[in-house]
Amino acid sequence: MISFIAQRIAKAIVVLLALVVMNFFLIRMAPGDPAVVMAGEAGAGDQLFIAQLREKFGLDQPLPVQLFLYVKGILSLDLGFSFRQQMPVSKLILDRLPATLLLTGTAFAISLAFGILFGALAARFAGTWADTVITIAALIFYATPLFWVALMAILLFSVTMDWLPSFGYETVGAGYTGLAHVLDVAAHLILPATTIGLFFMATYARMTRASMLEVSRLDFVKTARAKGLSDAVIQRRHVLRNALLPVVTLAGLQAGTLVGGAVLTETVFAWPGIGRLMYEALLQRDYNLLLGVFVVCSAMVLAFNLITDLVYRSVDPRIEFAA
Amino acid sequence: MTVVVKNLKLALPPGGDRAHAVDDVSFDLTAGKILCVVGESGSGKSMCAHALMGLLPDTVTAESGEILFEGKNLLSLSPAEWLAFRGRGIAMVFQEPMTALNPLMRIGEQIAEMFEAHGLLTPRERQQKALALIREVGLPDPERAVRAYPHQLSGGQRQRAMIAMALALEPAVLVADEPTTALDVTTQAQILKLIRDLQRRRNMAVMFITHDFGVVAEIADRVVVLQHGKVVEQGTADDVLLRAQHPYTRALLAAVPTLQPPQRTPLPDRNKAVEVIGLGKTYVSGGGWFRSERRVQAAKDVSFDIFRGETLGLVGESGSGKSSVARLVMRLIEPDAGTVRIGDVDLTRIGGKALREQRRRIQMVFQDPFASLNPRRKVGNIITDGPIAHGIDPAAARKRAGELLSLVGLNASAMERFPHEFSGGQRQRIGIARALALEPEILVADEAVSALDVSVQAQVLDLLEDLKARLGLSMLFITHDLRVAAQICDRIAVMQQGAIVELKSASLLFAAPEHAYTRELLSAVPGQTSSSKAA
Repeated sequence: MISFIAQRIAKAIVVLLALVVMNFFLIRMAPGDPAVVMAGEAGAGDQLFIAQLREKFGLDQPLPVQLFLYVKGILSLDLGFSFRQQMPVSKLILDRLPATLLLTGTAFAISLAFGILFGALAARFAGTWADTVITIAALIFYATPLFWVALMAILLFSVTMDWLPSFGYETVGAGYTGLAHVLDVAAHLILPATTIGLFFMATYARMTRASMLEVSRLDFVKTARAKGLSDAVIQRRHVLRNALLPVVTLAGLQAGTLVGGAVLTETVFAWPGIGRLMYEALLQRDYNLLLGVFVVCSAMVLAFNLITDLVYRSVDPRIEFAA
Repeated sequence: MTVVVKNLKLALPPGGDRAHAVDDVSFDLTAGKILCVVGESGSGKSMCAHALMGLLPDTVTAESGEILFEGKNLLSLSPAEWLAFRGRGIAMVFQEPMTALNPLMRIGEQIAEMFEAHGLLTPRERQQKALALIREVGLPDPERAVRAYPHQLSGGQRQRAMIAMALALEPAVLVADEPTTALDVTTQAQILKLIRDLQRRRNMAVMFITHDFGVVAEIADRVVVLQHGKVVEQGTADDVLLRAQHPYTRALLAAVPTLQPPQRTPLPDRNKAVEVIGLGKTYVSGGGWFRSERRVQAAKDVSFDIFRGETLGLVGESGSGKSSVARLVMRLIEPDAGTVRIGDVDLTRIGGKALREQRRRIQMVFQDPFASLNPRRKVGNIITDGPIAHGIDPAAARKRAGELLSLVGLNASAMERFPHEFSGGQRQRIGIARALALEPEILVADEAVSALDVSVQAQVLDLLEDLKARLGLSMLFITHDLRVAAQICDRIAVMQQGAIVELKSASLLFAAPEHAYTRELLSAVPGQTSSSKAA
């Protein structure tokens, strides 16, 4: 197992480096000289200043040397400097990362827990009204655009009912500490997390339902019935466990994209996370920051793929670590 | 009498082929005796077994009759009573031991679940009992087997584990639904012996469902023959096997191929249709930066010829490399070494268009008549696709397809229908017509009759024999069934672990097998004493 993880990490590093090189060439392909863009943004356009900028950021070096410096920087977790924000990119990202992880992590947990629960219920009561209600609701949430659900949720729960805050990570200027702070953040978290969660919940519910119905037709379920096991035990131990295998695969694939996938929700709810940082960087042509976010998102996807593989191997004994 | 089934009538949902899955069926199960329930697919034999376990599909209902277990009618049990009864009064072993075990649970846990389901013993005791049961059914290395997952055991070992599970609560009755059908012949012999031994030791009543009269001869005390849900004959094993009264039973018995090859006219100085020289194929899986490769040698220096108009049999157990050799000969997979020559063309040296043109000369009939025909295409298209791809005019190809269908005993109107509208035997005929449409010189039949009922199997074998004679075909006939091989093959090659260990004429092979493995295979064929008595 150790060698499996080492092997996967080694592969992931290769993939990440390839992505970094692609990112590097992406920025070189952007129209215009980066130094001119930077100088323009700094409000000074004379040749001397531009030359100084070039020298300062190594832009006067030949491309291979620049690539070497860029890769070297990334290996020491230096993602460059944001001139719009006048801060190192890594610090900007690190500041925002916890908020995004909190939001997407919560959304992911909600969607998995309730998706599997509702999917299992729909499968257990397949063909009844409960199944119909769950299936239709899942279809609606799956088909409705995230931002629209977000806006409607704000209208209903914040504007009309005034139950929950409509934006932000915490109440600005309230200065809560301890439990009060936690509760404040939690109240702010509910709407955006549920909004993202609903979409994924719908996917997991539909998949769990279909997978459970398929598994319950298999022979070993008949064996379990022939043992005299009760239906509840059969559903939980024999059907659900086997049915969750494809759900694990899907969840793993989606977990990686959750970090970058929160752009719309973070924007609508003004959540100070990576997604909104990326959105701002895009509007402000902050290339270094944008590329830094790309690198972090790629690393997240790779990390979640590795975690999925490990989880999958721990739930399915047929997959060996050597294979 | 442990179980008395009296006038059982099981209703099928309306609109099916027939109204009743099981119609007025009566039989008894007696302690210490094995009752074989024999019939072809659709005869209702599995339904009887499931009725005994209260595991009928929701759409099938018991209309009348009763199943008395120690005087109590099982058909009147409440769901809760069924839970308490299943596994304890009657336990069941299924056909396919791979799919009948939960792939995510250890063997020991699955056996221990029997006790748990009925609230017996402590978890520790359950594990100890599981170990004892695994020992009793003769699984090698019991301590390891208890912790193994199903995929880590072989087919025979899995079936032993299933039997251990069924025995856990010492049921009075064991229902075994085709428990050896999915196993190799040598493994089958071992499992049959195990069931026999256990049944005697524990004085159980056994209901053994099978379609194989060889197995019946091997194991049965009494026999019930079912046809279309009705009992057509019932009696002691000797009565049914040696003195069958009903024409259906006699037809079934007559359809069982004997191990005596018929007299075959020798093929004097024929030309070689296929020449296989030194074929080698090793499958390599895995391999990468950090791990070692896994190698399976599927073909080791395999050489044989097939003469014009000859049928060469390739027999062996699963995993012996038979199917790999068939695919190599057809060049569906690439050999690592060796040559396949068809007439004067070296099939292993050509590629692209030249290879595609040569492919028509060698065609395949597959094992599974359900999976080998595209369900979305009409039979007419399935048959004409090949010829049209080879440049035959579509109208002419369709005309020929009609002729081929009548050649294999089907109506030309079959062209406009889809594969699912046909029975298994009919589909296999369509598969043969499809292969013949390209006017091949050689047919490769990969377990072409294994999925068929014995009476249908006999018809398809006759058809192949007839076509071979009429069209001058050569055949490579792959089978695990030595009885079938004896009937259809001129010469037989026995394969073991990728190598041919013996190759000689069918009559010689059965009369004087030389290699130890050949002898082992032959002696494992069930029902040899009785079938020769019957014949």
